[in-house]
Amino acid sequence: MSEAAAHHDDHGHHYNGGISRWLTTTNHKDIGTMYLVFSLVMFFIGGAMAMIIRLELFKPGLQFVDPQLFNSMTTLHALVMIFGAVMPAWTGFANWMIPMMIGAPDMALPRLNNWSFWILPFAFTLLLSTLFMPGGGPAGGWTMLPPLVLQTGMAFPFLIFAVHFLGASSIAGAINVVATVFNLRAPGMTLMKLPLFVWTWIITAFLLIASMPVLAGAVTMLLTDKYFGTSFFSAAGGGDPVLFQHIFWFFGHPEVYILILPAFGIVSAIIPTFARKPLFGYSSMVYAAGAIAFLSFIVWAHHMFTVGMPLAGELFFMYATVLIAVPTGVKVFNWVATMWQSSMTFETPMLFAIAFVVLFTIGGFSGLMLGVTPVDFQYHDTYFVVAHFHYVLVTGAVFALMAGTYFWLPKWTGHMYDETLGKWHFWISTISVNVLFFPQHFLGLAGMPRRIPDYAVQFADWNMVSSIGGFVFGLSQFMFVIVIVKCVRGGAKATDRVWEGARGLEWTLSSPPPYHSFATPPEPATIDGGYR
Amino acid sequence: MMSLITRSGRMGVVLASILAMLPAMANASWELNLPRGVTPYSNIVYNLHMLILWVCVVTGIVVFGAIFLSILKFRKSQGAVAAQWHESTTVEVLWTIVPFAILIAMAVPATKALIMMEDVGKSDLTIKVTGYQWRWRYEYLDRGVEVFAALSQKSNVARQLGSGIDPTTVENYLLDVDNEIVLPVNKKIRFLTTAGDVIHSWWVPALGWKRDAIPGYINESWAKIEKEGVYRGQCALLCGKDHGFMPIVIRVVSEAEFDKWIAGHKQAAPPVANSASPVATGSLLVQRQ
Ligand SMILES: [Cu+2]
Repeated sequence: MSEAAAHHDDHGHHYNGGISRWLTTTNHKDIGTMYLVFSLVMFFIGGAMAMIIRLELFKPGLQFVDPQLFNSMTTLHALVMIFGAVMPAWTGFANWMIPMMIGAPDMALPRLNNWSFWILPFAFTLLLSTLFMPGGGPAGGWTMLPPLVLQTGMAFPFLIFAVHFLGASSIAGAINVVATVFNLRAPGMTLMKLPLFVWTWIITAFLLIASMPVLAGAVTMLLTDKYFGTSFFSAAGGGDPVLFQHIFWFFGHPEVYILILPAFGIVSAIIPTFARKPLFGYSSMVYAAGAIAFLSFIVWAHHMFTVGMPLAGELFFMYATVLIAVPTGVKVFNWVATMWQSSMTFETPMLFAIAFVVLFTIGGFSGLMLGVTPVDFQYHDTYFVVAHFHYVLVTGAVFALMAGTYFWLPKWTGHMYDETLGKWHFWISTISVNVLFFPQHFLGLAGMPRRIPDYAVQFADWNMVSSIGGFVFGLSQFMFVIVIVKCVRGGAKATDRVWEGARGLEWTLSSPPPYHSFATPPEPATIDGGYR
Repeated sequence: MMSLITRSGRMGVVLASILAMLPAMANASWELNLPRGVTPYSNIVYNLHMLILWVCVVTGIVVFGAIFLSILKFRKSQGAVAAQWHESTTVEVLWTIVPFAILIAMAVPATKALIMMEDVGKSDLTIKVTGYQWRWRYEYLDRGVEVFAALSQKSNVARQLGSGIDPTTVENYLLDVDNEIVLPVNKKIRFLTTAGDVIHSWWVPALGWKRDAIPGYINESWAKIEKEGVYRGQCALLCGKDHGFMPIVIRVVSEAEFDKWIAGHKQAAPPVANSASPVATGSLLVQRQ
């Protein structure tokens, strides 16, 4: 029975018709879909901002936007991409996949689930409405460093409350994942049989629960500093502007892993599938993810090596930071070992997953370089950093999101996507994203600071190359939308298993799966711990 | 024969146009790597940078090489059959320990460099650098000289939105100031960085470091510049609308020339005169000296 027909039969039972279906739904697939669509929309809004940035940086001189608007573009681009595109996309994947992967009918807290999604559109309406206010949007950078951020005009309270809402939404989403995985696993689905996507998501959820309240505290202190006469971060009032940075990055570094850990999980599902070989070192993958999560709480000050810390502090944060290379290296080596002596085919999800391994590793290399304090004094706040985190977040997190979308799209829709178009999307994206971000390493090393709307003429050449790459990468994402829309509308009928090498409970369900994933728990025998 | 001549003629045209383009290409800077800089510290930074870069390149060749080989050899379309092994304690322990050892080997020189950078003692000269939105103030604390430096007028006109001025026609576009500061060569200069409004970051790449200028904090750094010349830099930390337009220019000269500059600056009218002092406490400090 198709999904639509299933819906029709159950009409009035699960949901009302029309818009109120989406407003009131408590179904994990409906909510997952809303998260994913929302994320895609935000991806394009944040992308449009990036296009404005690259347009202004196409050549030296100011041609299109004034410096204030440029600064609000960089600020909002970051906030939209982090909190609007990548984080909701992971929650969308979690909603769709976790119940199907652990043999559950739905998420454990369905009403909380609805609420945590519906906070998002309101939060971003608040945030983006500031662009139309006198004085414009927030322009002090997404890191909101005081005292600069306190110079924000009317946009300030909107920024703070938007961040509060986003934090509340993601904490609720995280609690739901934890509750689901610990309570709704099918009999026989032991922790060490969980697919790695579920594992990395539980770890992510704990990172969210631990770090988001810290961010909420930091921005609340900003709010009282601005409006209620406190001086938490004002040196003139006996406060400390650096204290904010410590608090912010205590949230900010775990946040980095919140964005990337689920990507590790997805890639760990895709590579074995298309390599037709079990994942190498399943348990070490789990332990490595745990080690990375632990280390992520004790490295925050590497984002602020230049604030003037005592030598002992600089040494500690350098050692702890470069140590992350060890568990991250284990993960990369394990993926490579999975491919070794396998039998690979190269459908679009696999192409994106392999590109992820290579390009994320390049981002890891530059991260290692940045972690070495004495050289960071030179790299810090330059385009080298911009190149680094875009390799990690675009060719890392976003590529994994695309890989995951192509991987599960046939399961979600019941149709195969257009493989030719998917491959075109992959190749154009992969080439252009490197033209976009690789030259930014050179710019940073040559001395170009980040967050500047205009630059000295010796930076002109690589900036132009980078902008051209940016425009192609931006435009090529419309191919992604076309693939998705075509696949939702129709296409060759997908089998239940979809991919020859697919293992795991979600592939035992029909394509598309029933409205309530596992109304009865799966046979324990079908739980083979397929990822081991 | 005829065609040969035209062909060589055409070749000549192509060659000539390539030759004509060469000066333009020499002007263009397709800079790839970190420059060496002009201080002992910047040289250490450069060597450390190259060391880690090479570690990354070699690791990259091994890892990406293995991926590339797998893609070539283990394809289903070429009849590859997947093995089913998925664990090997030996291998896993090995690729945990080897990177760890490499990291320790890298941490040793990095620790030494850091200890060197943080040793600000025994300096010959102390300069206090204060960041404001959007210019710098330099106080030669033991010489009684103060200089304010903002973006040069020419760059400032050219950088306005829709100015119509081609930046390539402006000398040192965005990297030129109205008042450059002068420093002596081969002296250990201690820099004290702070700020009057928001956080800035003082950065001259040729020195090999940047240091944040934070209100309420005085950060210490040092540099011993070993080569005379003019070095340019910028504010590195987002400090508002004109963050991109507060450059730094230092002219490094011999000690004798430096003394002459100091003497000349003491006699001249205070450089503050032509620009309103941005912060009241700033002028108080000057008076006290
Ligand atoms: Cu500044």
